Amino acid sequence: MEPQASPPHSNERKRWMSILAKASYEDLNSLWQNLPDKPEWSRIRAPEIGMVMVRGRMGGTGNRFNLGEMTVTRCTVGLSCGLIGHGYVSGRNKDHAEVAAVIDALMQRKERAETVEHSIIKPLELRHLDRRKRASRKAAATKVEFFTVAREN
Amino acid sequence: MYVAVKGGDKAIENSLRYLADIRRGDRRVPELSIAQIREQLPLAVDRVMTEGSLHDPDLAALAIKQANGDIQEAVFLLRAYRTTLPRFGASLPIDTAKMQIRRRISATYKDLPGGQILGPSFDYTHRLLDFTLAANGETREAPKSDEPVPEGMPRVADILDHEGLIELEIPDDEDGAVPDLTRESMSFPADRATRLQNLARGDEGFLLALGYSTQRGFGNAHPFAGEIRMGELAVSFVPEELGFEIEIGEITVTECQMVNQFKGSSKVPPQFTRGYGLTFGHCERKAMSMALVDRALRAREFGEEIEAPAQDEEFVLYHSDNVEASGFVQHLKLPHYVDFQGELVTVRELRAEIEAREKDNQTDDDELAAAE
Repeated sequence: MEPQASPPHSNERKRWMSILAKASYEDLNSLWQNLPDKPEWSRIRAPEIGMVMVRGRMGGTGNRFNLGEMTVTRCTVGLSCGLIGHGYVSGRNKDHAEVAAVIDALMQRKERAETVEHSIIKPLELRHLDRRKRASRKAAATKVEFFTVAREN
Repeated sequence: MYVAVKGGDKAIENSLRYLADIRRGDRRVPELSIAQIREQLPLAVDRVMTEGSLHDPDLAALAIKQANGDIQEAVFLLRAYRTTLPRFGASLPIDTAKMQIRRRISATYKDLPGGQILGPSFDYTHRLLDFTLAANGETREAPKSDEPVPEGMPRVADILDHEGLIELEIPDDEDGAVPDLTRESMSFPADRATRLQNLARGDEGFLLALGYSTQRGFGNAHPFAGEIRMGELAVSFVPEELGFEIEIGEITVTECQMVNQFKGSSKVPPQFTRGYGLTFGHCERKAMSMALVDRALRAREFGEEIEAPAQDEEFVLYHSDNVEASGFVQHLKLPHYVDFQGELVTVRELRAEIEAREKDNQTDDDELAAAE
């Protein structure tokens, strides 16, 4: 079955899950350690290392083909209030997947979402954008500026 | 045929320990860490991930260390590891137009929209050994522009697309299964998706030589590097339990769009044709070679005569995998004692027969001479 595009209501969740996945574990963990009132959680699906087959398109826009796999770790947790969180993160760091799953569950809890957004999600997003921008500014410095020499006569 | 040979356990154990000993080298020299390999030999890591067909920089670095720097052996280790993991599914197709560009060049347009961005490249080095590296000097951070590279840089092929000058790459099957040669064995004629998967994990040296052969006249190639781009993009995946896509991480990829000479038909006026290369990490030579070979293998599709090795898909696809190739070549080292004994018997018999015949002839000659 071909995956469907996300329904609009899931856009927020999609955003924070993506940020949690792309964060470095060191950044995520230090913010997580500083979060007060951590919830109790239980593992519904213990952290598991697996792979996702990465697909490309012929010519960038055509039919799909399999490029190769990437390692991914996933985890599912449940909070005592019944909310369920999922973590899907590239690589093989089980703690990363579990913390991401707990934060995903917390973000669904209305009374905690704002604090967690403030103290974890937003800072991670900014750090990611910052890292990206830093690399991109180095690339931009290598842009060729062609110029034509005006002939004087 | 070879038969199991017992014995040698102690010798094998000691051989493995000797290998580990050699790997460590002179103990007075600090040991390499996985992080050092990952950070300081990034192109070796990228090659191992691409040919190992598994994106995981830490694992690739570990494999390089374990393989004493033998890249093909490291590829083998990664391939073996991937067979131990379950597959959660397939990603949505990555969109290379959304790449955060770190390098992007075109040999077909000087003033392409977005510009030529050289990025980190060996192209402009003089290939002179730099002895300051041997002196362990500090490397300064690269200069930065005030502004980053704009996002959503258009692909060169898409620019040509607008004028209809290049064949379109439009998906005509979004729901069907994507052929996967890690699940089903190859059959011929192979479709382009299978070919591209095979080439993506194929040996860089083999593809480089084949690509080179098409340029030298073995195959009908007139390629231009339409665009080469390298950078980061997010991989999106739809977990079943969620039912919507999330990004699960970011990877670096290199893409090459080769633009080749025209093909037209009664329905379509002459257009440039295309070859495509895509790799994990920064594997530019591989992406270019892959694109050349992809185009060569499309000979049948374009009604071209198949006369060169690079156009022969059985030849290319059956010999591109360095894990298989290395295994079959190196299996010659396994004991073939019984086989060889058999051959020895045969060659001795042959020689004895010839010797006997020569002796007979000699006798006949002598008798003849005596009669005269």
